[in-house]
Amino acid sequence: MPSAAEIVFDRVTKRYAGREAAALQELTLEIPAGTFCVLVGPSGGGKTTALKLVNRLIPFDEGDIRIDGRSITELPAVELRRGIGYVIQQAGLFPHMTVGENIETVPRLLGWERERRRARTGELLALVGLEATDAKRYPAQLSGGQRQRVGLARALAADPPLLLMDEPFGALDPITRHRLQLEVRRLHREVTKTVIFVTHDVDEAILMGDRIAILREGGVLAQYDTPDAVLARPADDFVARFIGEDRALRRLALRTLLDVPLDPLGRRDELPQVSDHSTVRNAVSLMLETGADRVLVVGDDGGARGELPLERATELLRS
Amino acid sequence: MILLDTANAHTFLEGFRFIGDHPGFLAHKALEQLELSGAALGIGAAVALPVGVALGHLHRGSTVAIGASIVGRALPSILLIAIFLTILGIGFVNNMVALAVLATGPVLTNAYAGVDGVDRDVTDAARGMGMSRLQMLARVELPLALPLLFTGIRVAAVTVVATAPIAAIAGGGGLGDVIVNQASYRLQGVLGACYCVMALSAGVWLALLALQRFVTSEGTTRRVAGTT
Amino acid sequence: MIAAGGPEPVIPNFGHGSACVTGNHLFCWSWVREHWSDTLEPHLVQHAELTVIAVAIGFAIAFALALASHRVRALDQPIAIVAGLIYTIPSLVAFQILIAFSGLSNTTVLVPLIGYSLVILYPNIVAGLRSVPPGVLEAARGMGLERRQVLWRVELPLALPAIIAGLRIAVVSTVAIATVASLVGDRGLGYPIFLAMRLPTPFKTEIYSAGALVVALALAFDLLLVATRRALVRWT
Repeated sequence: MPSAAEIVFDRVTKRYAGREAAALQELTLEIPAGTFCVLVGPSGGGKTTALKLVNRLIPFDEGDIRIDGRSITELPAVELRRGIGYVIQQAGLFPHMTVGENIETVPRLLGWERERRRARTGELLALVGLEATDAKRYPAQLSGGQRQRVGLARALAADPPLLLMDEPFGALDPITRHRLQLEVRRLHREVTKTVIFVTHDVDEAILMGDRIAILREGGVLAQYDTPDAVLARPADDFVARFIGEDRALRRLALRTLLDVPLDPLGRRDELPQVSDHSTVRNAVSLMLETGADRVLVVGDDGGARGELPLERATELLRS
Repeated sequence: MILLDTANAHTFLEGFRFIGDHPGFLAHKALEQLELSGAALGIGAAVALPVGVALGHLHRGSTVAIGASIVGRALPSILLIAIFLTILGIGFVNNMVALAVLATGPVLTNAYAGVDGVDRDVTDAARGMGMSRLQMLARVELPLALPLLFTGIRVAAVTVVATAPIAAIAGGGGLGDVIVNQASYRLQGVLGACYCVMALSAGVWLALLALQRFVTSEGTTRRVAGTT
Repeated sequence: MIAAGGPEPVIPNFGHGSACVTGNHLFCWSWVREHWSDTLEPHLVQHAELTVIAVAIGFAIAFALALASHRVRALDQPIAIVAGLIYTIPSLVAFQILIAFSGLSNTTVLVPLIGYSLVILYPNIVAGLRSVPPGVLEAARGMGLERRQVLWRVELPLALPAIIAGLRIAVVSTVAIATVASLVGDRGLGYPIFLAMRLPTPFKTEIYSAGALVVALALAFDLLLVATRRALVRWT
């Protein structure tokens, strides 16, 4: 199995009986292999529907969905699903099985021998940041955040080329949610798979996605682009309203001071200081707070890297 | 060995014929049974209601309350009747006591569940308003617990009425006299009396249900948990 | 009345009357020891057998029905209604009516017992199957488990606590109701109780000892099931 798959939605339409408006309206989307694609939008926008069409939990009416060129209707549904990782909000861990047994579910279905399954479980536990001893524990003994990690490990167990994630962090408290968001991003850098991630939280989408697809009410695709592009050039009023009036600041939050051109060092004393790992937005916030018109950017070792004038932020927004 | 009548659909209808032929007699027996059941239920409820309500109000003793029903299910009625037979001799009283013991189970469990299950927010509000315990019980908890309480009584009533026939072997009278006496009354009679017992049970259930509907106010209809 | 197994002795089971027995004191151990093997033990074994057979068959039927209505939701209402109706039939009545069909045989005794266990077990099994959290079911389907696999690997194991709870109630009830079966004939611990009751002076020791065995049997079954639950259900 290739390690990442290309997904194509080809004019996919889904209607529900008794409803006039279609849930999805000729959705066309191309997701290159290895992309972390976030489907975001208000409720009723059809994003969860679109996700569930991919593993055929819901059948579509018109159009086609292709994984690496093959239509998903070619395989029997059960076989298709065994090749796709699926993570849901409540984690859906099997309460009567240990963490290890949960993770081994799909490998067992695929007929892996015990040694291979055990080894894989160990690998995955380390990957998602859990202890090897956690394999023997039951879901009831874990916290919400730990359960989601297990859910993630379980979805990755058979090394599927595609991962579907349906608002996986929705039920967690903000701190755990943020931590897991960063974890998943890190994971994606390590283990490049194609991910389709659904959320209604536009901040989460901007944080996590390589590409974000904004779905309007009625399943209409409003915009599909990188987060920075969406923030810079929202396709229409709906998108602009959806991402919020502070989109300029959000764009700045996407850039860390590490990859931004800095001015050479001038009179550096009395300048407020900011770490080079921090974002441009934080630097701007600091300048507004202190009334300074520039900040000193400092590295981990305490050494000064350069200065950032306020105008630089405006320049960045122009690009 | 007693020769038994072989059965067919005809025999079942014969049972109804028996009822038609001996209405007075069966009515008398049925009345006897109701007397016994009523007395047993009365005593059982008189004991179990206060205990259940008290425990529920205090939110304690749940094991006792739940256990009462479990024990009630586990104790064979014959055993109870036999035991009280040895203690109290034959007649009305021993059967009444035995059936009363049976009746306490559902009544106690439901009384407990009803009062204990009153929404804590409601009782907190009542306490906060300055109601005394007694006032809270009378004006808030009992009215809200009424549906479950009543259900407990209904279940107990039907259990008692349905079990009473067995008391006939210990001198309890009632329709059981006919049912256990196939020699004298033939299969017809037995079947007729059986139908009467079932009709009696159903009648008691419905009558108490009507009473319950009449007594409980609209705002207190809740999902009924209770036994069975 | 009901047919006895043979000519009724005037002083049945008294054996060699010791002072305790002829005086009908509260409890005579001598009698118990003497008549364990000819009265108490055989009836205990019969009683246990009846219970196990009735509950086993009742469970098999209830299980099949529950699986059916789990698949086809519409079946649940009618089955529940029929079950409710069966439950309203008093056990004595059920036994007497069945005598008309199958005489004083084992069938007469077993059919009502099976019926009552069925009626208790069916709702419990159904409730157990329904108690599976929807998220778990969705995840299972989404992962590619077939319907059959979801049932056997996920739903049924998770329904076990409810099923065992139902079994406990069913077994205990059946032990109790089986005492009434003695009115159909010499079966189970109800019979010695019944005989002892009908004497001009009811014989206390026999009643109490047989009665104690009934309660002990119910308790033993209950504990067995509790132990089974503890062994099988390790996740809560």
